[in-house]
Amino acid sequence: MTFLSPDQIEQLLWGLRTTVFLFAASWVLSFTVALILVTVRAANIAPLRWAVDIFVAYHRNVPLLVHVLFWYFAVPEVLPEPIRFWLYDHGAEFSLAAIALGLGSSAYVSEDIRSGLRAIPHTQFEAATALGCGYIQSMRYIIVPQALRISLPPLIGRALLLFKNTSVAMAIGVAELTYQTREIENETFQTFTVFGIATVLYLMGTFLITAFGSWLNARVSVSNGRRA
Amino acid sequence: MIDLIREYWLTFLIGQYPNGPLGGLAMTIILAFCGLLASFPIAVLFALARVSPWKALRIVSGTVVNFVRGIPLLMLIFWCYFAIPLATGYAVSGFWTLVCALTIYEAAYLSEVVRSGIQAIPKGQLEASRSLGGSYALTMRSVVLPQALFNVLPGMASQFVSTIKETSLGYVISVNELTFAANQVNNLVLTQPLQVFTILACIYFVLCFSLTQVLGRIEAAIRRRRGLI
Repeated sequence: MTFLSPDQIEQLLWGLRTTVFLFAASWVLSFTVALILVTVRAANIAPLRWAVDIFVAYHRNVPLLVHVLFWYFAVPEVLPEPIRFWLYDHGAEFSLAAIALGLGSSAYVSEDIRSGLRAIPHTQFEAATALGCGYIQSMRYIIVPQALRISLPPLIGRALLLFKNTSVAMAIGVAELTYQTREIENETFQTFTVFGIATVLYLMGTFLITAFGSWLNARVSVSNGRRA
Repeated sequence: MIDLIREYWLTFLIGQYPNGPLGGLAMTIILAFCGLLASFPIAVLFALARVSPWKALRIVSGTVVNFVRGIPLLMLIFWCYFAIPLATGYAVSGFWTLVCALTIYEAAYLSEVVRSGIQAIPKGQLEASRSLGGSYALTMRSVVLPQALFNVLPGMASQFVSTIKETSLGYVISVNELTFAANQVNNLVLTQPLQVFTILACIYFVLCFSLTQVLGRIEAAIRRRRGLI
């Protein structure tokens, strides 16, 4: 097994950096959109509910790669020209990939949050109202803290999947970890070294997310922290 | 868009088939089917290993499953792409590379599904069978597994749908499947990416959505039957 030159190591680390940024950007987007979806759906207006359902069904039934290709090849066609040029000047691949990844994940995240909310019995809401809490207060202090606890494990799982799925962005030329790995492999033919390093980096990423998830889970879990 | 469909529907469905390799939607379905079919026995073996009474076996199988679940599918596809020709000494087609990668990846995920099914069977059944003189292998084979596999049928079905979606990654190593076909059409037409990729997304949507609905029905039927027993 031969080793890579310092330049190539640096190239890999740049790739890792892009992967982390892509993950962070798309995660923030997916969580924001998911919260909007949950709120809109809770409003219980039929056409809005259908719109959310269609959005979720679309993103759950179409492959991620197709979302990415769609956003990269098709969407810029319908954007007004100034926006399109601005995008192409400012790293269109990265932002379009982040949008595709974020929206794709938001459909799943919104369902996870919704099932967490549904798991809280409605009587709790009524009890809070009876004690004089308004809608916002009962949500803020009674419902949401419990719902988040319930949906935390699936949310961590989603974050993990999102981290791994950032690799799909290489298909449109985002210079993330998988892309850089292929580039270096093409230059040096040290296939096993470079793919081995990339694999270890991905494993470290997923391990960190999992570890953070279990730490968070243990921290917020009621059964562990309850005092007799 | 109608013109595009009229002109290229065959490419979307079967690729260049009569005059060239089979591709398009047909290939996507074949890939998903092969991947799931091949991964099923491996998944059952791994699930059995993970609940086995031997600690070493549990550790090894757990490590393998978590390793595969910890890396992106795309990474695994590249590993197969480079490692299989080196290991076997033959040039392997993109189709078999993708089938191998999908098999390994799906086996890891499916083994977790099967394991959850096995662990959901009450322990009393295992103990009952053992105290009646059944060996561990016999107990697993004729008491635990038949029930566990039947109960996780819905989980396996949804795994099939996600396998269909994952075959799209074959595009990256130029396997002739649906996404690849759409990209070929896009390169031929050049001026209508919006229409081409909308058609592509629609095909996947119709396929996966209808499959999900049908499988949901079957799941409900199974639940009803279980409830009646």
